[in-house]
Amino acid sequence: MHSLNYHKASNASEAARLLSGTEDGKFLAGGQTLIPAMKTRLAAPSDLVDVSGAADLRGITVSGREVRIGAATTHAEVAADDALRKVCPSICDMAANIGDPAVRHRGTIGGSIANNDPAADYPAAMLALGATIKTASREIAADEFFVGLFETALEDDELITSIGFTAPAAGAYAKFPNPASRYAMCGVFVARGDDGVRVGVTGASADGAFRAGDLEAALDGAFSVDALDGISVNAEEMLSDIHGDGVYRANLVSVMAKRAVAAVS
Amino acid sequence: MSEGIGAPVKRKEDKRFITGKGKYTDDIRMENQAYAAFVRSPHAHAEIKGIETSAAEEMSGVIAVLDGAQLTGDGIGNLICGWAISSKDGSPMNMGAWSALATEKVRYVGDAVAVVIAESKDEAQAAAESVEVSYNELPVAANIAAALADGATEIHDNAPGNVIYDWELGDGDATDAALAGAAHVTEMDISNNRLAPNAMEPRSAVATYDDAEDHYTLYSTSQNPHVARLVLSAFYQVAPEHKLRVIAPDVGGGFGSKIYIYPEEIVCLWASMKTRRSVKWTAERTESFLTDAHGRDHVTKARMGFDADGRIVGFKVSTKANFGAYMSLFSSAVPTYLYATLLSGTYDIPAIHCEVLACYTNTVPVDAYRGAGRPEASFVVERLMETAAREMGKDPAELRRANFVKDFPYQTQVIMNYDSGDFEGNMNQAMEAADWAGFAARKAEAANRGRLRGIGMACYIEACGIAPSAAVGSLGAGVGLWESAEVRVNPVGTIEVLTGSHSHGQGHETTFAQVVAERFGVPLDSIQIVHGDTDKVQFGMGTYGSRSGPVGISAIVKACDKVEVKVRKIAAHLLECNPDELVIEDSQVKVPGTNKALGWHEVGLAAYTAHNLPADMEPGLKEGAFYDPENFTFPMGCFIAEVEIDPGTGKTDIVKFVASDDFGVIINPMIVEGQVHGGIAQGVGQALLEEMVYDESGQPVSGSYMDYTMPRAEDVPSFVVEHHNTRCTTNPLGIKGCGEAGAIGSPPAVINAITDAIDNNDISMPATSAKVWAAIQVSGTRMAAE
Ligand SMILES: Cc1cc2nc3c(=O)[nH]c(=O)nc-3n(C[C@H](O)[C@H](O)[C@H](O)COP(=O)(O)OP(=O)(O)OC[C@H]3O[C@@H](n4cnc5c(N)ncnc54)[C@H](O)[C@@H]3O)c2cc1C
Repeated sequence: MHSLNYHKASNASEAARLLSGTEDGKFLAGGQTLIPAMKTRLAAPSDLVDVSGAADLRGITVSGREVRIGAATTHAEVAADDALRKVCPSICDMAANIGDPAVRHRGTIGGSIANNDPAADYPAAMLALGATIKTASREIAADEFFVGLFETALEDDELITSIGFTAPAAGAYAKFPNPASRYAMCGVFVARGDDGVRVGVTGASADGAFRAGDLEAALDGAFSVDALDGISVNAEEMLSDIHGDGVYRANLVSVMAKRAVAAVS
Repeated sequence: MSEGIGAPVKRKEDKRFITGKGKYTDDIRMENQAYAAFVRSPHAHAEIKGIETSAAEEMSGVIAVLDGAQLTGDGIGNLICGWAISSKDGSPMNMGAWSALATEKVRYVGDAVAVVIAESKDEAQAAAESVEVSYNELPVAANIAAALADGATEIHDNAPGNVIYDWELGDGDATDAALAGAAHVTEMDISNNRLAPNAMEPRSAVATYDDAEDHYTLYSTSQNPHVARLVLSAFYQVAPEHKLRVIAPDVGGGFGSKIYIYPEEIVCLWASMKTRRSVKWTAERTESFLTDAHGRDHVTKARMGFDADGRIVGFKVSTKANFGAYMSLFSSAVPTYLYATLLSGTYDIPAIHCEVLACYTNTVPVDAYRGAGRPEASFVVERLMETAAREMGKDPAELRRANFVKDFPYQTQVIMNYDSGDFEGNMNQAMEAADWAGFAARKAEAANRGRLRGIGMACYIEACGIAPSAAVGSLGAGVGLWESAEVRVNPVGTIEVLTGSHSHGQGHETTFAQVVAERFGVPLDSIQIVHGDTDKVQFGMGTYGSRSGPVGISAIVKACDKVEVKVRKIAAHLLECNPDELVIEDSQVKVPGTNKALGWHEVGLAAYTAHNLPADMEPGLKEGAFYDPENFTFPMGCFIAEVEIDPGTGKTDIVKFVASDDFGVIINPMIVEGQVHGGIAQGVGQALLEEMVYDESGQPVSGSYMDYTMPRAEDVPSFVVEHHNTRCTTNPLGIKGCGEAGAIGSPPAVINAITDAIDNNDISMPATSAKVWAAIQVSGTRMAAE
């Protein structure tokens, strides 16, 4: 690891201020992605501004069906939140299966979506839940937020402060883990909300998380496992690697979608 | 007694390991210690045009930047392979030059080109990134097919067509004739996937040069510190043997990968002399993937012929083996004398012929890895047996039973002479424990749940206790493969046992002590095992090939024999009796039925005070022995795997795994069971999960845990481990060895179960979910599960 300057922010505005004074600084949340990258010398920021202790970035509030999750809230906190589980158990279950206990107790929702790993779980959930990503200066709809592989709509140095969404009437996440990394080789989040069904898919596509329009249309017609028969995504647009080719991943999208639907219906 | 042979005593060494107090090479901190960071090739094959070090030399903390020209200029020799194998035509193997720091060419991604020595690890790494090497990239041969293709790039000038040797064993004509007359011939193309060893402790070295004494000390992660010293002295000319001390402290796993001497140890020793600083290097995990010798990587065509009654008449095997870019220390022996010699399996096969073509590729060197040749042989034999049974419509267990070797000793057609065993006994035990008979009902029940269930068997045999020195010498080995021991009884009766074996996790401090405790009737706690230091133990050949039990312990037994003779003489002299009347037990040396008795410690004291010893007897109580085995030992067993497959995703779950092994006499059943568990987990890893993949340009694709799948606890079931042991007849305690069996027998059992479940025999390891799913699509056995 290269040497660097470490700063600890106690709130969001201090974090933004600290970062603006650095040469090539980065926010540090749980460090579960950034620190491994630094250890292998793939990332070498001049400064780290630690937002994990910023009080206004942490915690979960639920009022009615409206949910707000602070960006620095850990996966373990999302998994264990009783109020959230009452209105949206699917996101709690999803968070409970990210990585291992150490990862879940350090890694954060803000870090996960800012990073937008094409195999990360949260992006599928954000798309399916129609979430809004709030930053210090604006609000970005999930559909606009996830731009491509490791790419988001965030400006350089733009801090995510929280995530908001309306809990769907029903939802479930089915994940087929990559055997090595245990990230998603294919993860499908199905949410049935007031405006219809939304299906977010992660891990499978060569371009990162996406909404599966054909699957949404089929489930809007009839929310049942059978409605998905014969419906899939284009295998040619799916990722091919040593763990499986596009045909296999397209199959996983269908199978995981069916399993998610089966879990809620 | 409760601490002796056969007692499941807890491991003495575990207190320090599980409380974090083990002392590993990276824990060693020398005064004046500097750090090495290697500049490694990003290309799989390239000429080195120039190395620009001036920017790195200016950087903070940098002590020296050294390259291959300086290394060879100082007379440091090339790395060697120590086992000479000749081709069919009698020509010697084509060993290409391997300099610890590459000089003219780089031949794999990770090949070391230069080294930076600096005050801190961070400074060394930063400077290493600033060393500018200019390359002229060359075409790449990243796998066997590419290396052997017409017009392939040549990796070493002295290896035309990238061929190292084209070797054979057995009777080709007799085998061809047998196959021509066979009633049924089963033919298969089989690959054995390339594995990265993944020891938990990465390789590490700390080298110190003392210029006042002109003496070197190397701390190193080694399975065989004496062999390391020998090779570093005799071949690499780093220092003469008496001026080099090699210490391997606690070693955290090796699986073979820590047998070999690597460039990094050589460079650290040399750099410590150049810089007059202690030089330390510890691999990062990425470096482990890039540079630790990999295992396996064979492609094989095999044909097995049967008569009308299902008796094997002949077996023909043609294998191509990938050696990587250079010949590692024992590489040549692995696909030859550790592989082809096991192709008779557990069966009476009248004609066998095996050809092995070894080739270079632009990948990291390949050498022995847990099982070393025997897993590859067992996979070929047991996949063919299973397939043949299915093709001939026979029960796979009955086909094996009909062909088992039943009379011992049994001379195979491929050198080995099996001394003992009861192969049917192990198979019967495994079938019972697995409820083989009840499988059909379990398969039907699984089908109701939408799952594909399959069962698979493998009856492996392997050769441990490498090896009779004269025999291996005649086959090309550059060393003898005996073991040494010294047993020192102290004046107070406590005992130190010095052994040339060296544990890298096997629990020698416990099992070796158990043998001596039983022998002399003394408490386990009064015995200390000393190993891993060339200044303490005179010589040894180290730990690999499951040799520490059959060979290492046999040397200890031999030394104990000599100690016992002297103990009896001293006691007989003091008690005024005949030495033969004495019994040694319960910390006493006594004449049963009399009051003539001495405490064990009194004999020790008498030996050292020397006030009253028999005439002409030297004082002291210490004896050494070298034990050279008369034969290999032959552990065998029957493994049965039962799997369930999710037809929607192709994911395989191993729902039951039964092992019935014949390990001969067992010293500590708990430790043996642990070895079986670890070995099977490793074999399951090979069968389902692990593969070191290089792309066509020679870049490693699975070079981190993001892509290289290690087995996890949830990937394996709770194993059923049974024993049906027969005594080995060729060593004093009857031990066969157990360190590799699990990894040898499990891959074919798992693949046989999967192919049974999906009714498609065409699947290669690792049988990933994607491959299994694709095979299900082909076989059309997919059930309406969704
Ligand atoms: C062993 C292991 C297994 C894992 N398994 C999974 C898995 O199964 N599924 C999965 O989805 N993920 C997995 N992860 C990743 C994990 O979920 C991480 O928590 C996540 O990727 C990043 O979150 P973090 O808080 O650790 O972010 P960090 O590593 O601290 O930061 C990541 C990036 O986000 C930026 N960032 C952080 N917070 C903010 C913010 N508030 N605003 C703007 N930018 C910000 C940082 O500057 C950095 O660029 C795994 C990680 C590990 C180490």
